[in-house]
Amino acid sequence: MANLTLVQAINLALIQEMEKDDRVILLGEDVGANGGVFRVTEGLQKRFGANRVVDTPLAESGIIGTSIGLAMAGLRPVPEIQFEGFLGPAYDQLCSHAARMRTRTRGAFTVPMTVRVPVGGGIHAPELHSDSPEAFYAHQPGLKVVMPSGPYDAKGLLISALRDPDPVIFFEPKRIYRAIREEVPEDEYTIPIGKARVVCEGTDLTVVSWGASVIQCMQAIEACGRSVELIDLRTIYPMDMETVEQSVSKTGRCVIVHEAPRTCGVGSEVATQIMEKCFLHLEAPVQRVTGFDTIMPYYKLELEYLPDAARIQRGIEDCLAY
Amino acid sequence: MPITNALTTTIERVSILDEHGNFDEKLGKGLIPDADLLKLYETMVTCRMMDEVAFKLQRSGRMGTYPQNMGQEANSLGAAYALNNDDWLVTCYRENCGLMWRGVPIDSILLHWMGDERGNAMPRPHHATPIAVPIGTQMLHATGLAWAAKYRGQKQIACTFFGDGATSEGDFHEACNFAANLDIPVIFFCQNNFWAISVPGRIQCSAPTVAQRGIAYGMPCLQLDGNDLFAVVYGMRKAIEHTRTTGKPFFIEGVTYRLGDHTTADDARRYRDQAEVDAWKARDPITRLRTYMTKKGIWSDAKDAALREAAEASCMATIERCEQVEHPVRGDVFNYTFADLPADLVTQRETGHTHSLGQDPSQLPSASNTR
Repeated sequence: MANLTLVQAINLALIQEMEKDDRVILLGEDVGANGGVFRVTEGLQKRFGANRVVDTPLAESGIIGTSIGLAMAGLRPVPEIQFEGFLGPAYDQLCSHAARMRTRTRGAFTVPMTVRVPVGGGIHAPELHSDSPEAFYAHQPGLKVVMPSGPYDAKGLLISALRDPDPVIFFEPKRIYRAIREEVPEDEYTIPIGKARVVCEGTDLTVVSWGASVIQCMQAIEACGRSVELIDLRTIYPMDMETVEQSVSKTGRCVIVHEAPRTCGVGSEVATQIMEKCFLHLEAPVQRVTGFDTIMPYYKLELEYLPDAARIQRGIEDCLAY
Repeated sequence: MPITNALTTTIERVSILDEHGNFDEKLGKGLIPDADLLKLYETMVTCRMMDEVAFKLQRSGRMGTYPQNMGQEANSLGAAYALNNDDWLVTCYRENCGLMWRGVPIDSILLHWMGDERGNAMPRPHHATPIAVPIGTQMLHATGLAWAAKYRGQKQIACTFFGDGATSEGDFHEACNFAANLDIPVIFFCQNNFWAISVPGRIQCSAPTVAQRGIAYGMPCLQLDGNDLFAVVYGMRKAIEHTRTTGKPFFIEGVTYRLGDHTTADDARRYRDQAEVDAWKARDPITRLRTYMTKKGIWSDAKDAALREAAEASCMATIERCEQVEHPVRGDVFNYTFADLPADLVTQRETGHTHSLGQDPSQLPSASNTR
């Protein structure tokens, strides 16, 4: 057991799966000699060779499109898109092909690939390096969307993603790439895709979140001094509504927190399902504390945009007061 | 049927002032008047100084991630010098020198990298578009801008800059194809600096030149020594003449080198040899020009020292102005989303909340009790 950062936990998961399964290959911009701009793939090219850890031309559509071909041929490609803001050119390949291949071919062809993408704000990055586009891809049928909130979960979820028979977008919150460390077992373990985690139990209110926001939620819960249950979705799609339903049926109140804009954000789906499944248990309207419906601002204003502990606390308190 | 030759072609490479100080009188004579040369040199030195200052600022936490332009000053400067002031300059982020020549305040560029959107509020008369961060996207905009000029019957053209990495993106090919096939007057200027972060040029383009990509689209092309201001001005004049008279595009490859890291978040020592960097340092566009001007008797060490001192002072003044700019207000997050803000955005701006009870506390029982 070692005390690892998220970066190290992902690196370890990649090493272990690559050692076990030679169908796993990594490709992307700067993933080889440079070890990725966040050093997530550090040392992997040296260890596994330039044949398995491939620096590609600078073309996101190319990275995803060729990964689809590699996957259709039976390999397990792990393409990296350097920042979530650069997913744009790959959108067509992801949504028009990766997501649809199994359906279109009635299962004759499949795309078992894991697209790794650093995501989210809070690191003083330039523009288009701080967005949270998980809802775009959760909305696309045929894609699984995962976003861990810590090193332990990251390793277990990534191994599940790498072994998944279908395309998975694995969002890595860059704000917590190195901000927290956790005990991460050397031994391999998996965390199932589609299973949420109850971070802390409580009876008065449920907070649902994912990714880096989970940390802010924990701070807010601590500050408000009430018995609040925190659920980390871990997987955006397929969504573990069973865990959310159990919790909200118990507490009767729910606040959903995410960095992405509110309108048509994943919170909208969570809230709707709560309304559908917990209607008679609800004591207050479900609240959403999220990024604003604006373009993610440059870093001078990014903290005004991102839901912080104070704003989350206010949401919790208002919901409790209702 | 016999096999015949479908195409034979050549690509000219232009070099006028090489790194050893050799000057081609035939091509270079009268190309740049001395008075202009002095001003151009001054702009390069100021640009380089700003690069160094910005780097130090970032290291001391006073500046965000910053991409140095070091070594690539001649390409955009020569282009901006040769173009008319109302021709569009559509850049990515290693064209500071050309933007400075055009008159874009350095403050704008610095503010952008200091995480302040107000840096992008480029005054429209400069005919320069904001710095483009996603790679290889802006060449299509240049094509649209030039298309609009053609539509209006204006003689304006567009010159767009991008790196060797950007030529791998689909948008690059689409821009070339649109401009070539719809007859749009764009100059495509590839600053081939050999490195896209850590990925070498060989991974972006296996052909012997980047310039020949233009041929594939039916565009005339040239390869220039991009560290030679004279070659850039010469090549640009050819391109401008072609583009303005025929209304059709032209492709330029300016061969240069990224002397610094990709950005301050990068460490190029991880992936490239210092020997390679040193070899390119010897081809520095600024040193070359200085030696030439000194030999010509229009420049001296004393003048150079004075210029550097003045440039440093002007850079420090710029930094001070930028650092003293008032912090943007929270409302700025919202205010430019649309011409008319939808009611929901106004509510988010006014309340600072996205949750309904925060936006409308009157829904709370305690609030209704007091009503």
